Amino acid sequence: MRLKRLWAILKARNLEFFRDKSAFGWNFIFPFLLVAGFGIIFGGKAYTEYKIGVFPAESAQIPMAALDIPQRFKEMNHLKFIGFQNAAEGLRKLKHQRIDFLLKIGQEPHQYWVSDSSPKGYVVEQMFKASLIPPDSQPNAEKKEIQGSAIRYIDWLFPGILAMNMMFSALWGVGYVVVRYRKNGVLKRLKVTPLTAFEYITAQAISRIFLLMFTLMVVWTGCDLIFSFDVQGSYLDLFFVFFLGSLSLTSLGLVLASRGTSEEFTTGILNFISWPMMFLSEVWFSMEGAPAWVKTFAKIFPLTHMLTAARKVMHEGAGLIQISPEIIVLSLMTLGFLGLGASLFSWNR
Amino acid sequence: MNPILEVKNLVKHYGSVVAVDGVSFALDQGVCFGLLGPNGAGKTTTIEVVEDVILPTSGEIFYKGRPRTPSFREEVGIQFQSTALLNFLTVRETLQTFKSFFMQTASIQELVELCRLDEFLDQYNDKISGGQRQRFLLALALINQPELLFLDEPSTGLDPQARRNLWDLIQDIKAEGKTIILTTHYMEEAQFLCDEVAIMDYGKIISQGTPDALIRQHSRSSTVVMPRERFTPKTDDFPLPVRTVKDRVEIKTDDVNQCLEQLIAYGIDLSDMTVRSPNLETVFLNLTGRQLRE
Repeated sequence: MRLKRLWAILKARNLEFFRDKSAFGWNFIFPFLLVAGFGIIFGGKAYTEYKIGVFPAESAQIPMAALDIPQRFKEMNHLKFIGFQNAAEGLRKLKHQRIDFLLKIGQEPHQYWVSDSSPKGYVVEQMFKASLIPPDSQPNAEKKEIQGSAIRYIDWLFPGILAMNMMFSALWGVGYVVVRYRKNGVLKRLKVTPLTAFEYITAQAISRIFLLMFTLMVVWTGCDLIFSFDVQGSYLDLFFVFFLGSLSLTSLGLVLASRGTSEEFTTGILNFISWPMMFLSEVWFSMEGAPAWVKTFAKIFPLTHMLTAARKVMHEGAGLIQISPEIIVLSLMTLGFLGLGASLFSWNR
Repeated sequence: MNPILEVKNLVKHYGSVVAVDGVSFALDQGVCFGLLGPNGAGKTTTIEVVEDVILPTSGEIFYKGRPRTPSFREEVGIQFQSTALLNFLTVRETLQTFKSFFMQTASIQELVELCRLDEFLDQYNDKISGGQRQRFLLALALINQPELLFLDEPSTGLDPQARRNLWDLIQDIKAEGKTIILTTHYMEEAQFLCDEVAIMDYGKIISQGTPDALIRQHSRSSTVVMPRERFTPKTDDFPLPVRTVKDRVEIKTDDVNQCLEQLIAYGIDLSDMTVRSPNLETVFLNLTGRQLRE
């Protein structure tokens, strides 16, 4: 291996990536948009709001002070009151699930309507009934505080989105790009120079890992400024986990890049691998409670181990010792993928 | 003198298709060797096996008297028929990248001057014209100061000016003493550039030699052509065979002087007459036939 050749092809690949403005920008904007989007959906109050229709009212917006309904119900959190002129109008909205609960304005005896098929309606009904119980006859229950701060959904989701973005970038940025170069004859032109296959694929891998780490830091910094993530463990350990994960995913990309001249076929294979990996590696939701075989199957994906380790460091303050099983598995996977990719690689087939 | 390249009984099969069927030739240092043939004759397959891009089914290839070693790639320059290059790199950066792959290299400035690249040196390599692209690809093939240069249909798709331009350039490279092996289906190109040619068809070399020797061997007759209205006698009365083609007549002859004397004797006006000497194209068509292949 000659470093001069490796460096030349690495530099060419990096120039290509940084000059392709659209692809370059999208690599940063996409994860940022995802995190910001989910932050707004799940982080704000809109998601947990219950909609209560009240009538008779002159307009949908009604001043809370003038609303003649039980005081303690009015003061409860997560409720939004919407005015209707008459019962018929309110009932139509209730039937169409546009509101969760319909209440007639006025004092006792209260009249309300609720859909038996609506879980949210049931919750509001219980809240309404509870608000009617006098304070001195409340059931005997003591509220205990959670030790430490609870993890927000956005804290849980963020490493998943970063890792998912890394996976797509590694698989497509290496797998797809190399197959395209094989198809249009660039690899054939390189084959007739002294550049070796090992030098070529090593340069592809280094270039992609450098890019993944750079994207990681930019997106992390940008999102952290907005959402202030809480990292319990060491940032260095977290960086190492993401580095090892990207190494492993890039090596998997090299396996896919090793053969083939059909972009359509490679697209199919890339989707076949990346979609199950995205859904089963706990990017979006926890696999807690999933059948055991699904959990076992998910362990074949490097993304699963990378995310488990990253979340342990981030949320539980784990060190390298605690995440050593994931580190070992990711290292072995990387070696396996690299060996397979190198032995299968062909310049022109 | 030992040949710089020797190919012995080369065979290449693709499944049941025989692309190259027992091709042998040898090249002396400094010659320009042309591999001619219709589309699908096996020229590109032959040259790509010799370049070590594809493996032969059987046969032997010797470079400087020995089987090719990994250092073969350091010493040869290759221009493919169609090549895509690394995207988003300028012509200069592409040359620099390829220069880094080799131990012994040419100066980029010299290549820029030789191949006249200066006007588009800082443009992206996929944003240049067809003629500029061929000159650039030739510079890329010369980046390692090769002793042996492979050019696969270098002037395909070029306009007449660009083609002449490229021929002058190849002549300059030849003058430096480099050995060139080129494939083409332009007979004029082969006649202009090559010291020796081999005509291939259906995977075999069907004739080989210098262009002049091939012409002497396969097509001695010249053709005298004139407008039909000038040729006053009946065609059957004329002592030489006369063929009418649209609005002109063609007379084939091995002795142009004798033919002209006969025409004058018949009182024919020779003002619009032309004489076509035999050329490589006549040889090519005589050997490979006139029917459409593709």
